[in-house]
Amino acid sequence: MAEVTMKVNGKAVTKSVKGNTLMTDFLRDELRLTGTHVGCDTSQCGACNIHVNGSLVKACTMFAAEADGAEVSTIEGQSAADGTLNVIQQAFQDHHGLQCGFCTPGMVMAAASLLKENPKPSEAEVRDYLEGNICRCTGYHNIVKAILAASGQDVSAIAAE
Amino acid sequence: MPKDHGIGASPKRREDVRFLTGAGNYTDDINVHGQAYVYFLRSDMAHGKINKIDTSAAADMPGVVRIFTGADFEGVGGLPCGWEITDKNGAAMKEPAHPVLAIGKVRHVGDPVAAIVADSLEQARDAAEAIELDIEELPAVVDMPRALQADSPLVHDDLADNLCYDWQFGTDTETTDKAFAAAAHVTTLELVNNRLVANPMEPRVAVGDYSRANDESTLYTTSQNPHVIRLLMGAFVLGIPEHKLRVVAPDVGGGFGTKIFHYAEEAFCTFASRQINRAVKWTSSRSEAFMSDAHGRDHVTKIELALDADNNFTAVRTNTHANMGAYLSTFSTSVPTWLHGTLMAGNYRTPAVQVNVKAVFTNTVPVDAYRGAGRPEATFQLERVIDQAARELGVDPIALRRQNFISEFPYETPVAVVYDTGDYVATMDKMEELIDIAGFPARRAESEARGMLRGLGVNCFIEACGIAPSNLVGQLGARAGLYDAATVRVNATGSISVMVGAHSHGQGHETVFPQVVAEMLGIDESMIDIVHGDTSKIPFGMGTYGSRSLAVCGSAMVRATEKIINKAKKIAGHLLEASEADIELKDGQFSVAGTDKSVAWGDVTLAAYVPHNYPLEDIEPGLEETAFYDPSNFTYPAGAYACEVEVDPETGKVTIEKFVSADDFGNVINPMIVEGQVHGGIAQGIGQALLENCSYDENGQLLSASYMDYAMPRADDLPHMSQYQVDHSCQTPCTHNPLGVKGCGEAGAIGSPPTVVNAVLDALNSGGHNVAHIDMPVSPARVWAAING
Repeated sequence: MAEVTMKVNGKAVTKSVKGNTLMTDFLRDELRLTGTHVGCDTSQCGACNIHVNGSLVKACTMFAAEADGAEVSTIEGQSAADGTLNVIQQAFQDHHGLQCGFCTPGMVMAAASLLKENPKPSEAEVRDYLEGNICRCTGYHNIVKAILAASGQDVSAIAAE
Repeated sequence: MPKDHGIGASPKRREDVRFLTGAGNYTDDINVHGQAYVYFLRSDMAHGKINKIDTSAAADMPGVVRIFTGADFEGVGGLPCGWEITDKNGAAMKEPAHPVLAIGKVRHVGDPVAAIVADSLEQARDAAEAIELDIEELPAVVDMPRALQADSPLVHDDLADNLCYDWQFGTDTETTDKAFAAAAHVTTLELVNNRLVANPMEPRVAVGDYSRANDESTLYTTSQNPHVIRLLMGAFVLGIPEHKLRVVAPDVGGGFGTKIFHYAEEAFCTFASRQINRAVKWTSSRSEAFMSDAHGRDHVTKIELALDADNNFTAVRTNTHANMGAYLSTFSTSVPTWLHGTLMAGNYRTPAVQVNVKAVFTNTVPVDAYRGAGRPEATFQLERVIDQAARELGVDPIALRRQNFISEFPYETPVAVVYDTGDYVATMDKMEELIDIAGFPARRAESEARGMLRGLGVNCFIEACGIAPSNLVGQLGARAGLYDAATVRVNATGSISVMVGAHSHGQGHETVFPQVVAEMLGIDESMIDIVHGDTSKIPFGMGTYGSRSLAVCGSAMVRATEKIINKAKKIAGHLLEASEADIELKDGQFSVAGTDKSVAWGDVTLAAYVPHNYPLEDIEPGLEETAFYDPSNFTYPAGAYACEVEVDPETGKVTIEKFVSADDFGNVINPMIVEGQVHGGIAQGIGQALLENCSYDENGQLLSASYMDYAMPRADDLPHMSQYQVDHSCQTPCTHNPLGVKGCGEAGAIGSPPTVVNAVLDALNSGGHNVAHIDMPVSPARVWAAING
């Protein structure tokens, strides 16, 4: 067991963890932050995306011990304290960018990273950036639309369908 | 101006807020105090005789609570099949035992051999490695024709052969043979409908929780139909009466059919929790999902189409081998028969249609319903053979379809169903407009100038949804009724809880269902909540699949709301000292016709619960009504889809350049959600056509058991937004349900695979190429090989 200290969604956390505890298990079981989901175990689907020191990371392939001293951000830290959705979350709701919701936290975290790196991405750039995220429900159409809308681009010209 | 509330509006989904903030409550988010964890030791061979399972060393490992094997389930029921098929000779299908844990033999890679329950998952996994298994490998059979040969290995030793049933349906042989003999032209195609894995993003999870205090078991599970699981598991497997068994399916992360079925792991966790008096939790890994979730499709078919000298279709005959896998999953047997054969007439007035299906046991994971379930297989064959016929005859494939369309309704097909309504010309017209048919030659020339091949493919389809009339399916072998139920509970202050048997796992019921009730009562949608997914909270329900939620459960909700309105009018009449017959309900106000006397919705609901001034001699206090609704027919959504692809002849890579759909779903309650359903279905259909394939080697080893081997469609595999349009403006309302809805959940997955393949073949018959057929998935390697002979 090793003691780890990190900031999770702005709050300092100190816990004892085993060396082989995955970050997903740490967040879900130790901190009860169950918005980070496990969809594939092989870093393919992106449902477990979080931010570690500002970088997009798949939490299923990181040990909790590796996050010692880090600033960690999860889906639970994305909305305002009063529950107001952030721009990306709101765009996902406005444009029906989610159905079952299971991949959604990972999609929102990936979109946040993309827009930080590239504030006005093209459609092709959005699709390319989502190569590490799988959604089985939406066919991605409305996810792409939501991310473009969140970047402040006008999506009203795109057929309502 | 689009509506902003009620039927036809697209309010933002209320369930989104919890999903977008990480507050969803999925089954794996549920933990019961003191729970143990189970790890299933699964067979790594496709076929083998279990000589010995020695768990003694493993049982002494740290944290191990108990280890179970098939022996612990002797005397306990097996997993039941929900649909009995009668074969063409009148005999019942073969129905082998399906034990919770393997007994005697293992029959597919992934078959559970032992279950280790321990304090932690890690300890359970470690202990599994200490189990000594003596399993003697037997020759496996994967290929269906091989499985039917006399010298094939037997998947089930107690059966005479691997044939589950040999089914024939539709027009009799003599009439069909005559039609083919008289044909001016016959087109024949042999094709494969590739095996798929549904892959909802949430893997399956089960938590069994036994309470000794009241002898009750609760199962939390990732299910599309918790009441069905309660019935099957309680009555057929574990012998627990319904009142002692609660099944909860909370937020479920996608289903697509694969979470309909009753699985061994659910029964195990419930059983083991009773044995050890402690909750038991199982969470599937993705690789485990690939080898334990029921797969989909896997048909091999020969289809023949007969035409007369004027190109009218005169007969269709199909011969299909349908893979059942090693055991019969819950609805497996109905998929290649009643959900497939009844759709073989398609949109066409073909006088003779005969369907032959041999269902075959193999050493593979069981196969069952996956989005569309039988209907994609029917559509694929029919629409591929029509395209091929058009090519052989040198006629326009769209004109050939139009010439043979059914145009008068109701229409009784030679395959037992009666289409109540439709307008196939309207969807075809819409599709031609959206794809800009006239501009195709110029687009093809532009592609060719860049050295690319361009093809345009079309497809028409029909589904049978709103599953299903109970008396009909009972005659066809279903061991269940397929009605649904809803309770509308009006509270004293006028807010409403609607308990529905449908289950939402992405479809947005929590938003859509209140739109209907709000429209009927004239009150705000925010006053209405939907409750679903818990057998202790809802009256009953058959769940969500087969595009049935609104058509069947929504109809039950309408009927229950009508009962509420009738009773509320009686109360309002009393309060207003007027005859009930004179009471009108509008915008949440009850008024006496022709007067200015009225009472508000809240006044009436309060009177129902505080009945001081109330007709107690005539009606009971309270305001709660339940309705069960059994549909009188299936619904028949239909559509026309088109796709343009570019094929790179140098590499064989196929790119979808344009995709449009024109669907007729009847009335649409929430356009935004309908369009989302179509988007998702089309993505899965494009996945089947171009990417996805569940693959076994000849020894029964599963080659595609992770997302590194099984190609899921990703964002950049699908058409760009400017080249993609889904339309549902053609609407012929269903004639037999109160909302006039037909269902939209499966259309995209049914309509898109033949559209894509027809487009690829159109490209591969241009530029001097001449390719008759190519199997799905249409991978670059297959295209390149087809071009280069």
